[in-house]
Amino acid sequence: MSSEAHGDHGGHGDHAQAHGSFRGYLTGFLLSVVLTAIPFWLVMNNVLDNKQATAIVIMAFAVVQIVVHMVFFLHMNGRSEGGWTMLALIFTIILVVIALTGSLWVMYHLNANMMPGHDMSQMQ
Amino acid sequence: MTTADIAARHDAETANAETVFYLKDEHDHPEGSSTALGFWIYLMSDCLIFAVLFAIYGVLGANYAAGPSPKDLFELPLVALNTTMLLLSSITYGFAMLTMEKGRVAATQIWLAVTGLFGLAFLSIELYEFHHLIEIGATPQRSAFLSAFFTLVGTHGLHVTFGTVWLVTLMVQVAKHGLIAANRRRLMCLSMFWHFLDVVWIGVFTFVYLTGMLR
Repeated sequence: MSSEAHGDHGGHGDHAQAHGSFRGYLTGFLLSVVLTAIPFWLVMNNVLDNKQATAIVIMAFAVVQIVVHMVFFLHMNGRSEGGWTMLALIFTIILVVIALTGSLWVMYHLNANMMPGHDMSQMQ
Repeated sequence: MTTADIAARHDAETANAETVFYLKDEHDHPEGSSTALGFWIYLMSDCLIFAVLFAIYGVLGANYAAGPSPKDLFELPLVALNTTMLLLSSITYGFAMLTMEKGRVAATQIWLAVTGLFGLAFLSIELYEFHHLIEIGATPQRSAFLSAFFTLVGTHGLHVTFGTVWLVTLMVQVAKHGLIAANRRRLMCLSMFWHFLDVVWIGVFTFVYLTGMLR
């Protein structure tokens, strides 16, 4: 039974999704701990003394940590399921980026233009 | 219509019936062979739900309506503890998958139970935080910031809740039927779900809690 499940790796094998190794999980975990601890330390101790810079740095750490989780925990690579999971992921990332930046951009400008004191007579 | 006509027509029909432009017998798909991809696509659609909630929080996160701001409400040590719980539950689920690969039922069950306990710890801390916020008057109705906050973090918490229910269900399944192919497949799906929730939580603690404290 189990030898059959393990033997069928070609084509449609349901083991196309690898489950990783002990080393892989441990590496991912240690990287995550470091990548989580640094942003918390930066914010809680106000290390950089510059809010804008701190915000950019912790966002960068978050992006790196998401990639670490994708690779070591979710086992993302270009080969699983013949590349379809990667394609779905790329498509989703594009949609997420459009939704996030689009909303923030549009609503920020809407907010800025609806500020009280804004002189509407100049807008002809 | 003459008999010759009918015969000709009949011939044409049989000829048509024999001309088939598709595979009549689908080639063999082992049961569950497409589950991983299908479940991944579900997760991607879930990702879009969270993207919308993050966008809403990004737009409304600074609208306090003269109410409390993140600095007045969030306690970072508590959030750090919560993050630790979720991170630990991720690696213990990883260990459950590794022992599952080796076919060790008891060890798999123990790691699943540990994962479930970390999940419960996460949920308890989150409920404590929500309860505390509501008690001091920072309810979802208080301001747009708080509505967006409770919707985003609450949706994530609901996902963890259902993930925990699913985990218990699968533990019962494994106890009853062992690590059969179907149960391995289900455990793999829950693995993806659980790690995906951890990925979303990275976005939550960075974008909501940490940048909230910087405002």
